[in-house]
Amino acid sequence: MSGGASASVDTLAAPDAREETPSGLTWALRDSWTEASRHLRALPRNPEVLAFSTIQPVMFVLLFTYVFGGSIRVPGFDDYKQFLLPGIFAQTVLFGSTFAAVGLAEDMSKGIADRLRSLPMYPPAVLVGRTFADLLRNLITFVVMLAVAFAIGFRFEGTLAEAAAATALLLSFAYAFTWVNALLGVSVGSVEAANSASFTWIFPLTFVSSAFVDPSTMPSWLEPIARNNPFTIATNAVRALYNGRAAGSDLWLALAWAAAITVVFGFLACRKFTSSTR
Amino acid sequence: MSAVVAEGLSKRFGETEALQGVDFQIERGTVLGLLGPNGAGKTTVVRILCTLLRPDAGRAVIDGIDVLAEPRRARARIGLTGQFAAVDERLTGFENLQHVGRLFHLRTAEARRRARELLERFDLDEAADRVARTYSGGMRRRLDIAMSLIGRPSVLFLDEPTTGLDPRSRQGMWDVIDELGRSGTTTLLTTQYLDEADRLADEIVVIDHGTAIARGTADELKRRVGGELVEVVLADPADAGRVVELLAPRACGTVGAQAEGSVVTVPMDDLTGVVPAVVRDLDSAGIEVVDVRTRRSTLDDVFFALTGHPATDEEAGTEPGTEGAAGADPAAPAAGEAGVRR
Repeated sequence: MSGGASASVDTLAAPDAREETPSGLTWALRDSWTEASRHLRALPRNPEVLAFSTIQPVMFVLLFTYVFGGSIRVPGFDDYKQFLLPGIFAQTVLFGSTFAAVGLAEDMSKGIADRLRSLPMYPPAVLVGRTFADLLRNLITFVVMLAVAFAIGFRFEGTLAEAAAATALLLSFAYAFTWVNALLGVSVGSVEAANSASFTWIFPLTFVSSAFVDPSTMPSWLEPIARNNPFTIATNAVRALYNGRAAGSDLWLALAWAAAITVVFGFLACRKFTSSTR
Repeated sequence: MSAVVAEGLSKRFGETEALQGVDFQIERGTVLGLLGPNGAGKTTVVRILCTLLRPDAGRAVIDGIDVLAEPRRARARIGLTGQFAAVDERLTGFENLQHVGRLFHLRTAEARRRARELLERFDLDEAADRVARTYSGGMRRRLDIAMSLIGRPSVLFLDEPTTGLDPRSRQGMWDVIDELGRSGTTTLLTTQYLDEADRLADEIVVIDHGTAIARGTADELKRRVGGELVEVVLADPADAGRVVELLAPRACGTVGAQAEGSVVTVPMDDLTGVVPAVVRDLDSAGIEVVDVRTRRSTLDDVFFALTGHPATDEEAGTEPGTEGAAGADPAAPAAGEAGVRR
C-alpha cells in the first residue's frame, strides 16, 4: 500500500469522472464481445479445455472408426466411415456445448456473476459472450476433427457448398444446445452438478440416434424415439450433405429445431440470469 | 444528501425472514460497518443495494438514484467486493482489471491506465502479468477490491472482506480499507468481527436476525454497556448467581456471567475506587475469588449486552441465500475469538 496521500486520492476517489454508457444495440454488442474476448483470451491457457476440445475428438474419430468400424455395416454406405464420421462430428460439437454449463456454473458459484451483474453492462452479454466464444471453440474442434477424418480417408462426396452447409448446420445445432446448457449453468448450484446434469441428457440424446447405427437395428420401442430425436434429424441432414445426397426435409427441420431451441432456451437462460429475485 | 439510504428493507426467503425492515443511511465519505453474526442478513442488505436482489418491501437509494427503479444507473455508481474473490483465474491481474474497466465503458487507453494505476496502488504490479490462479488469497482479495474500484465508484460495498484470510493478509486488508476510508470513499463494510468494525467504521449498525438492533459510533455503543468493565474470576462457578446479585447495585448495566459462570462481568461508567469496593463486597460475603481485573469494554460486550448471545453464534448462518457458504468457512481467522471472552 505504497503511494502518497495525493496519489491515493487520485486513484480512489474521483466519483464523477465517468464516461457516458452506450445505449441500445451498441451496448449489447460491445459488452457481449468484451465477455466473449474474456473466454477467448483464456482458451489457450486452459490445458484441460484445449485437450477436451481437440485431443478427445481426435480420439473419438479414431476409436469409433477402428474399433466399431470393422463390425458395423450400414445399408447404402460402402464405407462405414462416410456414415460414422458425420455422426461423430455432430456428437462432438454437442459435447462441446456442455462447456457453457460448467463455465457459467463456475462464474455463478465464484461470485463472478454477481460482480458482472453489479456492473453497468448489458446483463445478457455474459451469456451471449460465453455462447459465442463456445461457438468459436467448437469451430476449432471441428477443424481439428475434420483434418483427422481426412487423414484416415473421409471425403466430401458432394459439392463444397454442400459441405459448407453441413458444417454451418452442425455448428448452429451445437450453438442451440449451448443455450440449453447455459440455462443449466445458471440454474444449478455447483460446477459438479452442472457437469453431471449436462451429460445426463447429452448421452442419451446423442446415442439414441442415427449417429452411430441405423435406428432400424434398434428395439421396436426405441426406434421411433431415435428416429424423431432432433439430433437424428440434424445428423441425417449433415450426413446427406457431406455425402452429396439429398437432405430433403431433414435440413429444414433441423434448422427449425436449432432456431426454436436457440430462441426458447436463450430467452429462458437470459431471464434466469438477469432476474433479481434469486 | 446521504450517499446511501436504506429504508424499511424487508426480504423473506421461504419461511425465513432474512430482513425485517432495516433502515440506515451512509453519509458521503464515511465508512458504515454493518455488524452481525452469520445469517443476520448482512449479505442480503448488500445484495439489495447492489441491484442483485429485489426486496419484498422498502426503498434503496444510491446517490439519489432509486436502485429498484433505475438499476442500471445505480450500477454505474457502485463497486462490489463480495464474499468470494470474484476474479477470473484464467486471466492475469492486469487483464482482470482491464476487463471490468471495459464493462464500465472506459475508453481503452483509460481502462489500461486505471488498471496499471490500481495494480501499483495495491502492490500487485509485480504480479500484474501472472494469471490470477497463481495468486495467494490475500493477493486475490486485493485484486478483487481493485476491480471494484476501476469505475471510480461513489459507493463501495465490501462484504466480509477479510473472511477466510490469514491474520497477515487480514492486517493488509485492514490497511487498504483504512486508506480507502481516509481517502473519502463512501463504504459499506459488512463484518462479523467486532474488532474489524471498531477499527474501520465511522459508524456501526448492529444487525441480528434481520433487524437493526443498535447504531452509533463504536464509542457510543460501548458507552451503552459502560465504558469500563470489572471482571471477577471465581474459584467456584456455583457462586456466580450470588455474585451477580451482590454486585448488581454497583453496575451501570446488566451484570453477566460467562464462561460457565466462572467469570462475572460488571459494567461501570467509572472505575474510581471500584476495585477495592468489589473486593470488600466479595470478601465479606465469603466468596473465594481467583482474580479481580478491569478492562475497557469492547464491541463483544456490546453485542452480548444487546443480543444475549456472542457475535459469532454458531447456531446462526443457516439461512438460505444469505450468508451461507462463506460463513461456513472453517478457516476464517479469529472466528471463535470475537465472541469468546476470557
